[in-house]
Amino acid sequence: MKILTGNDLRSGAVTWWNGTGWSLFVDDAVDVGEEAEEILAREEAARRVNAPYACQATIDAAGHVRPAHIKDRVRALGPTVRRDLAVPTAQKTGWDWVI
Amino acid sequence: MYRYDSYDQAMVDARVAEFRDQARRRLEGKLTEDQFKPLRLTNGLYLQLHAYMLRVAIPYGTLDSRQMAMLATIADKYDRGYGHFTTRQNIQYNWIKLEDCADALADLATVEMHAIQTSGNCIRNISSDHFAGAAADEVVDPRPYAELMRQWSSFHPEFTYLPRKFKIAVIASEKDRAAMRLHDIGVRIVKRDGEVGAQFYAGGGMGRTPMVAPLIRDFVPIDQFITYAEACLRVYNRYGRRDNKYKARIKILVHELGAAEYIRQVEEEFAHLLSVGVEPPREELARIAEYFALPPFRHPSESWDLEQLQSKVAGDPSFRWDDGFGQWVRQNTHPHKAPGYVSAVISLKPAGGIPGDATSDQMRVVARLAKEYSFDELRVMHTQNLLLPHVRIADLPAVWAALDAAGLGSANMDTIEDIIACPGLDYCSLANARSIPLAQRISERFAQSGRTELVGELKLKISGCINACGHHHAGHIGILGVDKKGKENFQLSLGGSEAEDVSLAKITGPGFDEDGVIAAVETVTEVYLASRTEGERFLDTYRRIGMEPFKEALYG
Amino acid sequence: MGDTQNLGTSPDEVQFRFRDDEPVDHAAVTVDSVLDQTNAAAVRIEPGDDARLLLPFLDRLALVEVNFPVFGDGRGYSAARILREAGYTGELRAVGAVLIDLLSHMRRCGFDSFAPDKRLDEEDAARAFATWANVYQRAADRRATIADKRHEA
Ligand code: HEM
Ligand code: SF4
Repeated sequence: MKILTGNDLRSGAVTWWNGTGWSLFVDDAVDVGEEAEEILAREEAARRVNAPYACQATIDAAGHVRPAHIKDRVRALGPTVRRDLAVPTAQKTGWDWVI
Repeated sequence: MYRYDSYDQAMVDARVAEFRDQARRRLEGKLTEDQFKPLRLTNGLYLQLHAYMLRVAIPYGTLDSRQMAMLATIADKYDRGYGHFTTRQNIQYNWIKLEDCADALADLATVEMHAIQTSGNCIRNISSDHFAGAAADEVVDPRPYAELMRQWSSFHPEFTYLPRKFKIAVIASEKDRAAMRLHDIGVRIVKRDGEVGAQFYAGGGMGRTPMVAPLIRDFVPIDQFITYAEACLRVYNRYGRRDNKYKARIKILVHELGAAEYIRQVEEEFAHLLSVGVEPPREELARIAEYFALPPFRHPSESWDLEQLQSKVAGDPSFRWDDGFGQWVRQNTHPHKAPGYVSAVISLKPAGGIPGDATSDQMRVVARLAKEYSFDELRVMHTQNLLLPHVRIADLPAVWAALDAAGLGSANMDTIEDIIACPGLDYCSLANARSIPLAQRISERFAQSGRTELVGELKLKISGCINACGHHHAGHIGILGVDKKGKENFQLSLGGSEAEDVSLAKITGPGFDEDGVIAAVETVTEVYLASRTEGERFLDTYRRIGMEPFKEALYG
Repeated sequence: MGDTQNLGTSPDEVQFRFRDDEPVDHAAVTVDSVLDQTNAAAVRIEPGDDARLLLPFLDRLALVEVNFPVFGDGRGYSAARILREAGYTGELRAVGAVLIDLLSHMRRCGFDSFAPDKRLDEEDAARAFATWANVYQRAADRRATIADKRHEA
C-alpha cells in the first residue's frame, strides 16, 4: 500500500496521514492509492505538514503498518539507541520490527 | 576568552530578531518550505528524521561555564535533556520545535552564543585545535586569528550563497589536532624570522570525494590575512561548480583547475583586493588577542608534577595509580605550556555509550568543574569529547572523582573506545545505516575483553553515509554505512589519518553486515597485534606491512 | 540583434531604487554585445558571465542588471562588488529571484535598485533593508565597519 508521511510544521514531529488528518502513530496510516499527490499538495499548502512524501508499506503478520524502507521504520518508532524516547507504538511493534 | 562587546551582541540579537521574523512568515504561510529552508539552514535549523534539529556553534571550540550551563538549560527547556557534540565543535539538539526555535536562540544570545552559519552554503563555524592556548607545542594561540575570521565570515554579504558549504580550520602548531588539511581552507599560523603569518591550504575535504588540501601559500603576512582569505573565497564563489552539488565543493575546483592555476587566480584577486583595502584595521587583532591572554597560572611550587601526584596519592584506595585514576591521568591528560598544569580530556565515550552525547546534568557538572578548576574555560574537541584546558596537576584527583561520579571518567582518549560516530540512521535523514549502535557494540566489546589498552592508539571513525560526517576517510580504521538492497551494510577501510601525517583510508574489500564488521574490526586489530614491532601504533604497522595481510585475514 | 530586444527589466518593474537620477528606459544587452562594441548604456549580467569583461566600458554604462535566476546562485554578489571596486557608479540592479532576506546583503555588495520577479511585501522589505545597524566587513557600501568604529581615534 501507499501511505503518506511528513513532519508537523510547528513541532517537527513525525506524522502519518490517517484519511482525515495527521497521526503520530504509523498504525493509523491509510492506503491513499492514486490520491497521494493531491493530498500532499493540499495538506502542505494548508501548512498542516512539512516536507511530506508518499512511501510504500505493507500490513505485517501482526497487523501493523510496516513501511518498506528502514528509514521510515526508524521514523515511525524513534532512534533505536534511545528507546526511552520512543513513540508509544514501539511497545506494540517491538524494536526488531525496525530491522 | 573572547567576550562580545555591544557590537557583537547587537549582531547576534539582530539575527535572532531576523530569524523570529522569518519563522513567523513561514508559520503564517508567507514563505514556502523551499524559500524558508535556506533561511532556517543559515540559522542551523535542519529537518531530520524525527524532528527539527538545531546546531549551535561553539566558535573554535571554546566556551565558558556560563555557556555550558546554558547549553544544559536549552537541552532541558526546549529539547529532551541531552545534546550531541559534533566533530565540528558544534552541539546538535535533536528535538527542537520550530515554534520554540527563536526563543532558544534568544536564550543562547544572552550568553554570547548562536546558531549562525552552522549550515547552508556559507562559511561555517571556524574550528581550531582543542588545545589552543594551552598546548606546549603551539607557536601562538590560534584563537585570535580564528575570532578575526569569525567576525569576517559572519553575515559576509558576498559569500552567503556559495556553491556549497565552506569549512575553515585554524591551527598554530606542527601537530595537527583539527584535521586542518581536510578542510576547505586550512590555516596554520606560523612564525618566520619572528614575524607571524599564515600558511594557507585549500581544497581539502571528506564527503564522497575525499581530498587532502595542497599548500597554496606558505606565508601570508598577518596584516593581509583576511584579504587573502577573501581572495580565496571570491575565486571559489565565481568559479566553483554549481551544476552538480556533488562537485560543488572547493576541492573539486582546485582539483579540476589544478592547484597552480587556482593559486594564480587567487594571487591575482589578492593583489586586486589589497588595492581595494578590505583588511580590518591592525589594532583589531591586538584588541582580540588581549582576550586570550594567558590565565594567571599559579607558581609551579604551588602545584605538582605527575611524579609528585603519583606519590601523593599512593596509598589512597580511591585514587589507584594502576587503575581508574592513574589510567585516566596517563591516557586523558595532555602536556601544558605552564609547569604544574595539564589539559584534561573529558571522555564522552563511555563503553557502550553514544559518542558525543551528554545529558544536561553532565553538562552542568562539566560547567562547574571548569569554573572551579580550569579558569572557567572549556573546549569541545573534534573527537566529540570535552576538555578542561588548564587544570593544576594537584587538582586532578578532585576533578577525576567528580567526572567519574558523573559517568564522565572513561580513560580512553585516542583508543579504540574513543570512536567518532555520526548520528547515522538513528537521527539523520541522509543516512544509509546506523553508526551509533556499531560504536556502542565495538567500545563495549573492547572494554569487556580488556584489550583497549593493549591495542593502544587506534582511531576508529564511523559515518552512516558517504557524506563522511564521522570522518571515516581519516580513521586508522574507518567504517562507512551503505545500503545493500534495503539492508544496512558496512565498508571497512584502513590507514587514514587526520593528523599532521594526514592520509586517506583505503577500502579493504567487500562490505559486511553489522555483526560481520564488528568481527572484522577485531580481526584487523589481531593482525596488528601479531605484526607490530616495538612502539608501533596500528597506523604505523599498517603503513609498514600494507593492506595485504589484513585482507588475507579478513577474506582468506 | 533580435535576441536583445526584450532583454532586461523596465523602470516599472523596479520596486526599490536608492538613486535620484532618471532610470535608463531602454532594453539591456548581453555582456557579449557590449564586447562587440554596441553603444548600449545598459547591460545584463547572467550568473556565468565574467563581470571583469565590462571594466573597459564602465564609463559608457548607466545601468548594469545582474540576473539571479535562482536565489541560491550567489555569483551575482561577486559581480556587483567587482564592478563597484572598479569604480562603477551607475545603477546596479538586482533582478530575478530577489527575496526579502537577500536585500541587505545585495545592498552591501553595491546594488542600488531591485526588480524582484515577484513583488515583495513593502513592510518586510523595509525591515530587511534596515537589518544591520553595523557590519563586520568592508564591502561596496563603504560603510565604516565595526572594527573601524572600535578603533576610531
Ligand atoms: C544529522 C544531520 C547532518 C546532516 C544532514 C549532515 C550533512 C552533511 C553533508 C550533506 C555532508 C557532505 C558535504 C559534501 O560532501 O559536500 C556533510 C559533511 C560533513 N559533516 Fe555533516 N551532517 C550532519 C551531521 C553532522 C554531524 C553530527 C557532524 C559531526 C559529528 C558532522 C560533520 C561533518 C563533517 C566533518 C563533514 C565532512 C566535511 C567535508 O565534507 O569535507 N555532520 N554533512
Ligand atoms: S555521514 Fe551521512 S548519516 Fe552520518 S550524519 Fe552525515 S549525512 Fe548523516
